[in-house]
Amino acid sequence: MPKLVKDGAIVDNEWTLMAKPEGEASEASVPAGKVIVPLSVWLARKDALTARDDIGVWLDTDETADQLGEDARRLPLVAVHFPAFADGRAFTNARLLRERFGFTGELRAVGYFLAEQACYLRRCGVNAFDFGADREQHLQATVDALDDFTEYYQASVDQPLPLFRRRPS
Amino acid sequence: MYIYDEYDRRIQGQRVTQFRAQMERYLDGQLEEAEFLPLRLQNGLYVQRLAPMLRICVPYGLMNSRQLRKMAHITRTYDKGYCHISTRQNIQLNWPQLEEVPDILEELLEVEMHCNQTSGNCIRNTTTDQFAGVATDELVDPRPYCELIRQWSTFHPEFAFLPRKFKIAVSATQEDRAAIRVHDIGLQIVRNDAGDLGFSVFVGGGLGRTPVIGSLINEFVPEQHLLTYLEAILRIYNQFGRRDNKFKARIKILVRAMTPEVFAEKVEQEWQHLRDGSATLTQAEIDRAHSYFTEPAYEPLDDAAAQAELDRLAGDNKAFSNWLKRNVRDHKKPGYAAVNLSLKPTGIAPGDITDRQLEIIADLADDFSFGEVRTTHEQNMVLADVRKSDLFDLWQKAKAAGFATPNIGTLTDIICCPGGDFCSLANAKSIPIAEAIQRQFEDLDYLYDLGDIDLNISGCMNACGHHHVGHIGILGVDKKGEEFYQVTLGGNSSNDASLGKVIGPSFTAEDMPSVVQKIIDVYVEQRTEEEPFIDTVNRLGIAPFKERVYAKAS
Repeated sequence: MPKLVKDGAIVDNEWTLMAKPEGEASEASVPAGKVIVPLSVWLARKDALTARDDIGVWLDTDETADQLGEDARRLPLVAVHFPAFADGRAFTNARLLRERFGFTGELRAVGYFLAEQACYLRRCGVNAFDFGADREQHLQATVDALDDFTEYYQASVDQPLPLFRRRPS
Repeated sequence: MYIYDEYDRRIQGQRVTQFRAQMERYLDGQLEEAEFLPLRLQNGLYVQRLAPMLRICVPYGLMNSRQLRKMAHITRTYDKGYCHISTRQNIQLNWPQLEEVPDILEELLEVEMHCNQTSGNCIRNTTTDQFAGVATDELVDPRPYCELIRQWSTFHPEFAFLPRKFKIAVSATQEDRAAIRVHDIGLQIVRNDAGDLGFSVFVGGGLGRTPVIGSLINEFVPEQHLLTYLEAILRIYNQFGRRDNKFKARIKILVRAMTPEVFAEKVEQEWQHLRDGSATLTQAEIDRAHSYFTEPAYEPLDDAAAQAELDRLAGDNKAFSNWLKRNVRDHKKPGYAAVNLSLKPTGIAPGDITDRQLEIIADLADDFSFGEVRTTHEQNMVLADVRKSDLFDLWQKAKAAGFATPNIGTLTDIICCPGGDFCSLANAKSIPIAEAIQRQFEDLDYLYDLGDIDLNISGCMNACGHHHVGHIGILGVDKKGEEFYQVTLGGNSSNDASLGKVIGPSFTAEDMPSVVQKIIDVYVEQRTEEEPFIDTVNRLGIAPFKERVYAKAS
């Protein structure tokens, strides 16, 4: 089974990622089992998909967290996609999902990102890192990189108080 | 100046460890060249034309003598014995070995220095007035706010992979010495009618290939909301800035595409979610930041007596008198002055400084200026707190070391990027052009008669030499593999910020001294009494200059 890093450990990846449909999103067929569907499919088929508890949604970088909005609360998994590792929009999407839309489930990075970005991603609320089957050699480096920093200046998802509110006066 | 506590030390130490591991993964082949690139850039490490280049951060331009001595040691040990002061007040090493960079970072850490975010598509070093804290005309010292921004922007997890680089400048004076209107965000510290302190926020200024003057999007953001408001701006930019074309990715393009009004509204909406959140500054934190920038132990001095003695010495010594007039500035404290050390003697690349000179400046800082020194965006250095009674002594020592050239603010105090001699982006050389112009205008009396003139040279349209805002701007361009130089007139980086206009077709390198000479000749002929160069250009327009420069030889 493919692997990913979740909550700091390398574990089996039980979810499959559904590609964006070629045609109309409302016509797309969503397979059985744990599936992460594109935002367009979720929005078009929400009524049907809501009945299932094995549906996650992924956001591309040109999609914003508010397009999923409060829907996130009822999903077990939301993924933020990196078409390229230098495209930093997923960082904002992750943070907004956690801080503005109250998402508490698994928040997964998918696509082409780097182990070196894991610590910042975790600070933005990402707790799972799926490199895909062909880049699994980066999983251990990701586990290691999660602890690159243990102290931060700014407020973030894993430390809601900026350092200046925690420094002893 | 700011001093690290255990938190800063831990964060900075972890950064060094992190970068060493990243470098090892790269050297092992686990990270591809393209993957390592943004990581090394965020540590100031470029791979340049001839060798790597390492850009060391000087937060808002402030250094102490211990740091200067460490810089001297590093340039000697890891480089060729000199370094370069950049137009963002940072320090660049031109010839470090890639593999030794983690060791350099460890050495820097010993003196609370680093290379964080001096390059790459992230929030860069915040800059300010080099006379902050001693200027006679400032509302408050801007450096505590720069330090608050430094901490907020350092390793910000959300904004490390922005569409493009991002630069913030802060000014607390009416006369803008930080060029805030040509930054991604420019902050003008102001007081409102109620007497509260806050910021006028300019967004979307910048140079490069599409120069733009920033737009005022908020007249007054109260000081406690500084960081949440910045966060709102950055979030809008990160989400909506263009990523399809690197030349259209700066925030200035987004602000223009949206219009400043719509951009301001979007920021306001985003800010409503963030304001009063945990990132809202507390008075205790603002006070803590201010506590690091208290006045040094100034002595009560008799200004009149010190000035009388200076006048006497200046009367007997023309060279000293010239230096006093051009390189020494007023200070808010009686009996003190701020001194510019010129890094622009003819024949030295503007902003270059040797290891030995760094040590001499460290000694001068200890002896004459409470052990502190500032770098300037004009690529000079400043001793900000010198007793007037020490000026003659300081001048002699500075002169012997080669940085008392009395040319601050004149035509030969040229801002100049490293250009084609060092930079892989450059289309043309810039350092030899600067030198040729300096030689053309070697006569000091003539130079002083010309008064204040900003001459800025960039080797390519990325505009590191700020040519757009030079009164005279020179831009290196490439035409079919040959180097040419385009000239602009009328640029200005201060309050009434403006961009220079191109006067016409470009020139060869050999032409440049005589082109500048002809421009100056028109000024000398046409100026009214006491009229500065920039005012003459603004009054006449570029036509008469253009006519002279392009006139056929008769």
